[in-house]
Amino acid sequence: MIELSNIRKAFNQGRHNEYWALHGIDLSVEAGKVTAFRGPSGSGKTTLLTIVGCLSRPTEGRVRFKGEDISGLPERFLTDIRRQSFGFVFQQFNLIKGLSAVDNIILPGMPSGRPRRNLVERADELLDQLKLGHRSRARVEWLSGGEQQRVAIARALINDPEVIIADEPTANLDTALSKEFLAILEGFTDAGKTVLLTSHDPLVVESSAVHRVVGMRDGRLIPD
Amino acid sequence: MRPWLEKQLHLIDFTLVSLARRKTKNVGLLLAYTLIVFVLASLSLFTHALRSEASYVLAGSPEVILQRMVAGRHDLIPAGYLERIGRIRGVQKKEGRLWGYYYDPVVNANYTFMARPASEVADGTIMVGSALARERGLAPGNTISFRSYAGKLFGFTVAAVLSPDSELLSADLVLLSESDFRRFFEYPEGHYTDIALSVANPQEVRTVAAKLSAALPDSRPILREEVLRTYQSLFDWREGIVLTVLAGAILAFAILAWEKASGLSAEERREIGILKAIGWETSDVIRMKVWEGLIISLTAFLLGGIAAYVQVFHFGAAVFAPVLKGWSVLYPRFTLVPAVDGLQIATLFFFTVVPYTAAVLVPIWRAAITDPDAVMRA
Ligand SMILES: Nc1ncnc2c1ncn2[C@@H]1O[C@H](COP(=O)(O)OP(=O)(O)OP(=O)(O)O)[C@@H](O)[C@H]1O
Ligand SMILES: [Mg+2]
Repeated sequence: MIELSNIRKAFNQGRHNEYWALHGIDLSVEAGKVTAFRGPSGSGKTTLLTIVGCLSRPTEGRVRFKGEDISGLPERFLTDIRRQSFGFVFQQFNLIKGLSAVDNIILPGMPSGRPRRNLVERADELLDQLKLGHRSRARVEWLSGGEQQRVAIARALINDPEVIIADEPTANLDTALSKEFLAILEGFTDAGKTVLLTSHDPLVVESSAVHRVVGMRDGRLIPD
Repeated sequence: MRPWLEKQLHLIDFTLVSLARRKTKNVGLLLAYTLIVFVLASLSLFTHALRSEASYVLAGSPEVILQRMVAGRHDLIPAGYLERIGRIRGVQKKEGRLWGYYYDPVVNANYTFMARPASEVADGTIMVGSALARERGLAPGNTISFRSYAGKLFGFTVAAVLSPDSELLSADLVLLSESDFRRFFEYPEGHYTDIALSVANPQEVRTVAAKLSAALPDSRPILREEVLRTYQSLFDWREGIVLTVLAGAILAFAILAWEKASGLSAEERREIGILKAIGWETSDVIRMKVWEGLIISLTAFLLGGIAAYVQVFHFGAAVFAPVLKGWSVLYPRFTLVPAVDGLQIATLFFFTVVPYTAAVLVPIWRAAITDPDAVMRA
């Protein structure tokens, strides 16, 4: 589904503070499975996810998505791919304050011009599935951490993406909510979706919901 | 076509919600902006109306008007003056004019009564201005009575309603015969309100005026060119103000723009990053912000413009009243007639909406073209 070959990433290239965060990553991600990246802080997990999710470009190397090389595509195409194929659950949820849960969830559906009614219907369905239907019209800043996370998950799913990317999704959650998240993960793979996530949390990386754990250190993968 | 439309609706929708989210800030911005537009529009409407008014009034006015002054006040021209003027060289035509103001308590308005030779208006009939006819519901053939200042009731038959294209000067006009005028206002025979003169050689107007003052020391000649100069100096004075105010407005705009440029808050930047990360294109983000800028600036433009219009044309430019005082002797009942043209609106638009929208866009554009990976950190 996703193949990375010799991915290298430099920040501030050519300047005195040039920093290489990734040094040649080769990886093949299988469709329909949950892959977790584990590694110490600063090892490059987030950087790798931003490249896989088309949020940034590798300095060197190729990214193939469904067999197609996407590393050289212009921004517009990357945005299209991002919108159509990826759903993001960010560590800090990154919801927009002042908007209701539903209004946050439908945001990724706006650029494609799907009618609002249609989007809102789908958002309500997702919230019901995530057992948050009763809070759908509440402003997100009034929701609890676990509720906000479910809103973030629903937002990631509104465009029905094939791949879900989650960076430290349980970092802000207690054990009970983390377990709930793992249950949701299993739902994703049952629905045939591919999941990439990073986590420090043993509860997540050792769970049966995760099919493959990839270790990282200093911008490199640790062989399984 | 349909998804495109839906998308624009989404963008506008989101923009409105966004504006509402930062209510205090946006209301403050809107108020400041509206005020700037109001001041600029008031000045622009005021000059324009004044200029058209002036050219209208002056086109038909005589070269010299002679008034008699008693104790510094405008008084009647007594009998014999016309003959004495006749002896002054250079005067080509002289005409005693009869006019006065009449307050009509029925509609709470002031009319201008003016005498015309009996050949134009027969005794017992009047011609009325269109605004007056409208207010009192008059048509040719109707009768109307006015109570004179002495308390007597006078009945008139309306002979005609003056054509509305000269509304500026005739809206409140009542034309009546000379004898009716004298009876109504109890003007003695031979007395006049003022005297209109024309001069054979236009170059001699000043000399003639000097001779008039010498021969009739209690009179005051008002020259058309002087009136012209009054208008002119008023305009010059006003244009000085415009420059000052314009400088102020530009400064205010600079502040607004700077506020916007530097004030792209961390929160706004984060939101742009989020929108991009979840699949909004750079152009969607910019379009949304253009809507935001347009909604604010168009609202301010409309509010400020309408307020200025009302201020200038319905409240007699109250803000500029001190300026008007200087000539209120000449035109005591000066009221501005709405005069607005497209160029004026376009200019105002260009100086308010365009710079603001542009100023808003630059920082947005800078934020919108950066890679969205920053939202994964923070
Ligand atoms: N925009 C940037 N400019 C400079 N250096 C950066 C930038 N982003 C990341 N880095 C550096 O790249 C390295 C990898 O960062 P990354 O966020 O990928 O680590 P991580 O594995 O996700 O860490 P954590 O577990 O703490 O989230 C770090 O040393 C970080 O300082
Ligand atoms: Mg990280």
